[in-house]
Amino acid sequence: MKKFNQHSGIAVPLDRANVDTDMIIPKQFLKSIKRSGFGPNLFDELRYLDEGLPDQDCSGRPVNEEFVLNLPRYKGASVLLARENFGCGSSREHAPWALDDYGFRSVIAPSFAEIFYNNCFKNGLLPIVLSEAEVDQLFSEVAANEGYELTVDLERQVVVTPSGAEMAFEIDDFRKHCLLNGLDDIGLTLQHADDIRAYEEKARAASPWLFDAIR
Amino acid sequence: MAGKTLYDKLFEQHLVRMNEDGSALIYIDRQVLHEVTSPQAFEGLRIAGRKPWRIDANIATPDHNVPTTERSGGVEEIVDPVSKIQVKTLDENCDDFGILEFKMNDNRQGIVHVMAPEQGAILPGVTAVCGDSHTATLGALGALAHGIGTSEVEHVLATQCLITKKMKNMLVRVDGELGVGVTPKDVILHIIGVIGTAGGTGYAIEFGGDVFRNMTMEGRMTVSNMAIEAGARVGLVAVDQTTIDYVEGRPFAPKAEQWDAAVAAWQNLVSDADAEFDAVVEINAADIEPQVTWGTSPEMVVGVSELVPNPQNETDPVKVDGIERALKYMGLDADQKITDIQLDRVFIGSCTNSRIEDLRDAAKVVEGRQVAGNIIQALVVPGSGLVKDQAEAEGLDKIFTAAGLEWREPGCSMCLAMNPDKLGAGEHCASTSNRNFEGRQGFGGRTHLVSPAMAAAAAIAGHFVDVREMVKG
Repeated sequence: MKKFNQHSGIAVPLDRANVDTDMIIPKQFLKSIKRSGFGPNLFDELRYLDEGLPDQDCSGRPVNEEFVLNLPRYKGASVLLARENFGCGSSREHAPWALDDYGFRSVIAPSFAEIFYNNCFKNGLLPIVLSEAEVDQLFSEVAANEGYELTVDLERQVVVTPSGAEMAFEIDDFRKHCLLNGLDDIGLTLQHADDIRAYEEKARAASPWLFDAIR
Repeated sequence: MAGKTLYDKLFEQHLVRMNEDGSALIYIDRQVLHEVTSPQAFEGLRIAGRKPWRIDANIATPDHNVPTTERSGGVEEIVDPVSKIQVKTLDENCDDFGILEFKMNDNRQGIVHVMAPEQGAILPGVTAVCGDSHTATLGALGALAHGIGTSEVEHVLATQCLITKKMKNMLVRVDGELGVGVTPKDVILHIIGVIGTAGGTGYAIEFGGDVFRNMTMEGRMTVSNMAIEAGARVGLVAVDQTTIDYVEGRPFAPKAEQWDAAVAAWQNLVSDADAEFDAVVEINAADIEPQVTWGTSPEMVVGVSELVPNPQNETDPVKVDGIERALKYMGLDADQKITDIQLDRVFIGSCTNSRIEDLRDAAKVVEGRQVAGNIIQALVVPGSGLVKDQAEAEGLDKIFTAAGLEWREPGCSMCLAMNPDKLGAGEHCASTSNRNFEGRQGFGGRTHLVSPAMAAAAAIAGHFVDVREMVKG
């Protein structure tokens, strides 16, 4: 997995609550059997004026000039500033794949939907929860300052604004450890293979009907 | 010491180990696979040279991409080339790894969350996952079930475990008796309206009270299905005789002497009387009327006798913005009567409402009537081949087609429009599915979530009507 330690980049504000995974990556793009290539279709229905199709060259499509990602001042943005309940809806990991493929490394919001939040960590994308007040403050600062950059420091668990102000965030130790070191969850779990086998032996004795049933 | 909730018990029973950092490794008894969220997981296994930990814990079927029109020509005749590749990839992966799959034209194929319980692949007390957020459905059987992402699908395939964190407990109690024409779908939409689309985030919800005790398994699955629309990954219903009667005799259910032992073990799958919940929501069944969503989030819901909300009555600026945006997208006016919303299409189906009881409810309403002239299309899509067979045995297909509705092959269909069934831009649809997000049922499409009975009534009237007026007496 991709490591994450510290990242600085232009922040782009997406000012709406309950951004769902259908909005992040519409269903027609989920037909891909790959993990990459979703970036051009990130927020497809908001970014473009026409209906997007899988495997389409997006360079000639009519663009929604008003959508925030299309504003020249946010070109190359890599930190997404969002509102409450970001990523609600389906479990599609295509949502973080699309954000990552577009070039985002971190999403900052007052709250996230759980499955989306989980999925981010598997892909080296850092979701950060800050308070409503802090997020409000970042929204106003980013609007007022062109080229506004944020630094996300995972090791120290802070978001640093251009003025040097720091906003602390919480994160699970396990997730932090995995991201910092780019660790593969499966490899970690397989270190406990003996525990898993011991559990199975006990479960098989207690509930034999759960084993060898589906064939 | 306080007693345990059903969720606590299920979690503890499946705990393999607590890690030093507070994360937990839990054992997963069942994984259900479909074509959309599994290909990258199988690819990951191959790249790493890993094999599935256990073959017999998995069951698969294609559902999202399959056409619902005549498809006897098989996978090769799927018109959309990208959909075809995805369905074929699932077939190949299951064949390669030896995983049991009900392929597209097997009559046991269906929407994963309809197929798996129907087969007895999901049993009370199991942990179950699927790369699909509506896996919450399976909590209706007293199983700890939730959706996961593709990386976790791979993790479960490789290790039979999931790294997780214990959730908090929420009890949603609905006591009293539901009125005639008020269905499980109305109950869950009402609950989402009360607690909001993020109200259950971080919680495992248990649905308790008279209403769920008196509900059939089909109804409970409708309710648990949409726990995720309230933000909760898990929606549980305690095990009782209704659960046990549902499971008995299903193909993968325990047989003979194992059946008795299993039933004895399942008796404990209820929250203790003195269990403490972190949050409790109490709702009176008599307050619930047939529900209709007017906006672009499932929490944007009102009773059929109410009006579309007016943003001027809201103070929170984020909410005002949300309402205004939704009204614009939906092409509705503030304070408009719900029953004045004109419809273009009707969709009866999805993992929420495509079981036999849903189809019976809808058939009862349309029997002897005709779909209104302004309705371009009214689809009925059964949840599985077996539901379809049962409905046909009861003559429901004839009732639908005589009334002018289309009777289709099983799949996810217009719930998310990955196959050819979709809304045109600007069209309003009365849909029995679970999400009314922008573009969900087709680019620019406008979804109104309702029960099967309400969708059927809307098909006949051409606009929303209070189904209670049609089913009286």
